[in-house]
Amino acid sequence: MDLDLTEDQESIRDVFADFFSSETGPGRAREAEPLGYDTRAWNRLMETGAPGMGVAESSGGGGATLADLTVVVEEAGAQIAPLPLVDHMVAARLLATIGTCDDDVLAGATIAGLALRPPVDGVARTVPTGAVARQVVALEGDALMLINGDPGDHLGNHGCLPLAHRSLAGAKVLAEGPDAVAAYGRALDEWRTLTASALVGISRTALALGVGYARERHQFGKPIGSFQAIQHLLADLPGLLDGARLLTAKAAWAGDRAIAGQTGVADIGDNEITDFATLACMALVSAGEAATTATDRSLHVHGGYGFSEEYDIQLYFRRARALTVVLDDPARECRRLADMLLAGHATGITA
Amino acid sequence: MDFSLSPGAVEFRAEVKAFIAEHLTAEVVTQMHATGTFNDKAFNAALADAGLLAGAVPGYGDRDPIELYILFNELEKAGAPYDGLAVTMLVAGVVNAAGTDFHRSQVLQKLLTGRFNCCLGYSEPDHGSDVASITTKAVRDGDEWVITGQKMWTTMAHVSDWVILLTRTNPDVPRHKGLTMFLVPMDTPGIEVQPVPTMATERTNATFYDDVRVGDEWRLGEVDGGWAVMGVALAFERGVMGGTNPAVPLLRHVRDWAAEAVSPDGGTMLDDPLLRERLARTAIANQVSQLLTLRAAWIAATGGLPGLEGSMAKLYATGRYQQAVGWFQEMAGAEGLLGFDTDGAAADGWIDYDARHAPVTTIYGGTTEINRNNVAERHLGLPRNR
Repeated sequence: MDLDLTEDQESIRDVFADFFSSETGPGRAREAEPLGYDTRAWNRLMETGAPGMGVAESSGGGGATLADLTVVVEEAGAQIAPLPLVDHMVAARLLATIGTCDDDVLAGATIAGLALRPPVDGVARTVPTGAVARQVVALEGDALMLINGDPGDHLGNHGCLPLAHRSLAGAKVLAEGPDAVAAYGRALDEWRTLTASALVGISRTALALGVGYARERHQFGKPIGSFQAIQHLLADLPGLLDGARLLTAKAAWAGDRAIAGQTGVADIGDNEITDFATLACMALVSAGEAATTATDRSLHVHGGYGFSEEYDIQLYFRRARALTVVLDDPARECRRLADMLLAGHATGITA
Repeated sequence: MDFSLSPGAVEFRAEVKAFIAEHLTAEVVTQMHATGTFNDKAFNAALADAGLLAGAVPGYGDRDPIELYILFNELEKAGAPYDGLAVTMLVAGVVNAAGTDFHRSQVLQKLLTGRFNCCLGYSEPDHGSDVASITTKAVRDGDEWVITGQKMWTTMAHVSDWVILLTRTNPDVPRHKGLTMFLVPMDTPGIEVQPVPTMATERTNATFYDDVRVGDEWRLGEVDGGWAVMGVALAFERGVMGGTNPAVPLLRHVRDWAAEAVSPDGGTMLDDPLLRERLARTAIANQVSQLLTLRAAWIAATGGLPGLEGSMAKLYATGRYQQAVGWFQEMAGAEGLLGFDTDGAAADGWIDYDARHAPVTTIYGGTTEINRNNVAERHLGLPRNR
């Protein structure tokens, strides 16, 4: 057991913490609204190799593990980077798995994304990167489809994500059958894991903003951070945040092990969970809750200023909610998780 | 990061699980809830005889310190009577860290046999969270000290061989600078133990100290240095020694109940979408609680004192446990009110038991508010508010 980052991961963290704080950050996120995409920052990110770093070296990528990618993505989340990084990383890995990740996707010159939900009437709805990605991978029935064409019309939204509906008309079938479904399922679990990491980054900055404001803002002759009512709103957050980060790291660890062929278990009776799909779902729900709670409390501590556009916390507040629900209602995710956890406990009365 | 246990730790866990399967009989569990004493001397002795206590003292010995976490985590998950053992091993750790050769030979070696118990004498009737204000006094008389006062919540005192006792030795200095810790044999004349029944099945005690005379060799740490000894004890207590995964047996009991219980909506309770959601949320909370606890253990294993991380684990785990208990008792309806050995009790009475037990978990071992103060001041760097 080892709960520290590796030395390489510490270097990755430092490099990308520098990158995202100088090339992105709340000011740039504000400028990138409402689309939620910063062309200049993406072009700079391409120079770092980040868009293809998660693709296996044998496919021309950087060979980074899922655990490595969580480290990069947390820093992007912490700086509320208006970049389709998670979706692109996941889609590139998926495309590489089935042998169709082209050089432009590897480099990031072509942005790729993932349709998170089954298409309805031939349309993949609210694709998270739909308004900026040329390539979108969707699963229709048991067919893995590639939508390749101009980005869709942006749908203005709560979190200023580049959402768009994308039609499957003219989409190419990449693969079909159980293997295609499994590859897509695996990609969704990677999306859950990395999005959880982005939410951890958001939680981290939201907490820091709340603590910083509480130390500076004076009322009744004292910093409001000296009042216990304010302190206790904030003191619950480090445990939520660290817990979500640990669970996300464990999901990534399980995901990397699964690629290496090691299967996991999911035994709630003994609290022994090492299965990737289970942990990925848990990580997203946990990080979504941490981020919505941290941004909610931090915004509240800011008083009226938290509600104003001028202060950064509102950016984090809206993005936290967007990333928490863009896949699905967390309650439905929990019911899906229950189906996995209780599979061995079919009831005696109904089938 | 690597979340797999080392081969040695995996082997140790298998030994603990095998031990539990053999020794945690229905009689042992029934006995603990019937007597209210979550301590079983025969069970503890058997653990020691099986060689499973060698790594159970925080900061002591050459065993992998992750064993400490594994031992208490497995006992907690199984619903074994481990409260008395955890306190005893905690005191063993304090004795090892702050004690003399005399204490180690007279006390620590005996505690490792599993045949002796200790209890904690910090709180008093009028001083709980504000423990630095305690008034039980110790006055020097030659080579002896004379101790007079009263302690509250001295759980396990009635089965203990020693109490670690926080006393006031100097009333004329700031309150936390005039405290001294003693390790007092419970058979010393002048000590009286009175039971304090609780709303759950567990009992605790009030203890009275009337001109109790102990030699200076029973002093633990420096004169007026009791606060530092408390610091060691609290860092060991929060997170690492069990108490942060109480919802694991709860989830197991509710899952097994729901698979059989007929739902008023048809089918079984396990078909109820809201119950399924809540079971899943509890499973997530159990994983997070485990990881926060594992982090505290990891910090201890790598030479640190995980006081703050333990506070975070306790805050999170106990809050979620109470939330889960509330959900499940409501969803079990009237049957969730029925206790052990009662016809029709949901989950054989475990929901009623957990609903009775849960309130104390955000109080003992440092209240939620004290832990929030710790995190706010020492982790977030917010101004001290008291």
